[in-house]
Amino acid sequence: MKKQQVNNQAAQSTTRDAADGATHEPTLGDALRSQGVSRRSFLKFCAATASMMAMSPAMIPKIAQALENARRPSVIWLSFQECTGCTESLTRAHTSTIESLIFDSISLDYHHTLQAAAGHAAEEAREIAMKENDGKYLLVVDGSIPTGNPGYSTIAGISNLDMLMDTAKGAAAIIAVGTCATYGGIPHADPNPTGAQSVGDLITDKPIINVPGCPPIPVVITGVLTHFLTFGTLPELDHIGRPKTFYGQSIHDRCYRRPFYDKGLFAETFDDEGAQKGWCLYKLGCKGPTTYNACATTKWNNGTSFPIESGHPCIGCSEPDFWDGGGFYKALSMPTENITKTAIYTAAGAAAAGVAIGALNKSKKKAANKAHSKVTIDDLEK
Amino acid sequence: MTQTIPSRMQFNIQADDTLTWNVEPLMHEIRHALKNLLEQEQSSVIDLRSLPLAPGEEQKILDLLGRGEVSANLNALGDSEVYETTYPGVWLVTHYNDNDDIVGRFIEVTTIPEILMSQRPDITDAHERLVNLLDTETLSEH
Repeated sequence: MKKQQVNNQAAQSTTRDAADGATHEPTLGDALRSQGVSRRSFLKFCAATASMMAMSPAMIPKIAQALENARRPSVIWLSFQECTGCTESLTRAHTSTIESLIFDSISLDYHHTLQAAAGHAAEEAREIAMKENDGKYLLVVDGSIPTGNPGYSTIAGISNLDMLMDTAKGAAAIIAVGTCATYGGIPHADPNPTGAQSVGDLITDKPIINVPGCPPIPVVITGVLTHFLTFGTLPELDHIGRPKTFYGQSIHDRCYRRPFYDKGLFAETFDDEGAQKGWCLYKLGCKGPTTYNACATTKWNNGTSFPIESGHPCIGCSEPDFWDGGGFYKALSMPTENITKTAIYTAAGAAAAGVAIGALNKSKKKAANKAHSKVTIDDLEK
Repeated sequence: MTQTIPSRMQFNIQADDTLTWNVEPLMHEIRHALKNLLEQEQSSVIDLRSLPLAPGEEQKILDLLGRGEVSANLNALGDSEVYETTYPGVWLVTHYNDNDDIVGRFIEVTTIPEILMSQRPDITDAHERLVNLLDTETLSEH
């Protein structure tokens, strides 16, 4: 099903290339050949790209075909109420030759943290890029947008809201990077003093890809950019706008500690036998079952590990309102029966049990969201 | 909690014999792929980075497969290492970048991994270069 769709996308992108053929803009394939990159190197690049985009290795030939014809898009990056963690994450992503090839092939025309220009010169660069690439540029946003008082956050005297609305008009698509831009994030946490809203709250007439996480995994950001660059289309999205390739499965379902959960083996405290043996962190508040992200397979720091591998429960940072979810160290839900027994007795239906508990968790989380309970010091101490 | 779990699983990767169970299913997947290659001449690729593996499990898989008769190194956008395992038809392909970070690791079940074969555009380019070299004027410069 997925494969079929991507095939269609590749076909569309080929058609588009044929239609634009007269423009003779250099494609990524041209750029690589002119740099003396062999076909074999290109195939390796495509294999790594497929792996980065969490696509089936069967897609490698399609990626090769699409990348050959990919064009160099203009990218405008706007940062609003944010901590620059997302940019920090992204700039850790392209230390390697392969990812830098991707970045060499986009034109980052405005990013006020990374660009050398400042003040009016910087704003002018943004206006020029918008004018020259009207309707075609990719807009990347990190940070939430304050709607309470425009003075809460301004850039060159322009309110975040005005800048977003103005820049979104001519964009082909918008990529919201980080939990602040996608769902409001920490600025949006109760009591939301700045009236922070997400990109999707404010813009309804453009395709938006949500790439949440606090911050998102670097290769997930580059993977989404690469997908757009490769196929010229948006990836398949879930019900809250996240690419399914990276956010299609829960941390819990892809966790290497899942077999312990299925056997009912849990760490009860951070220093007990279970914790030392690497058992499931569910009872220590792990939000893995209700969190959809690629941490468990893609991992962090060039694939070194992810929080659960380091012995800490997932805090669910890529989910809406994770900050108001009722305490990072509180278990999602505790069935009235002893969960250890429940899990063992349903060994044959372990997956079904997981689904049921997941459903319980969701309703609990919803209740917590409604109550807007604040995190207190008691929540942090177990 | 001092519960011991009786089990028939063979692949224990943690020091205390507590099991994580991702190795055996993957070995079965390789077995199925090899059967496909044998009966239908169909190649398969398994992306090791897309699988949830516990610390040590990837190494366990590689140890089980072992190193066979053929090894090759590529220098293409950083190093790549390709070798056939002790199970002919099962290859391990590892791509590195310039910083020697692994950017892709695949188990390929095939008669020869595509990346080892000379590629047509490269052969075309090689032919042109040879023709240029054998052009008498060019050759005399060498």
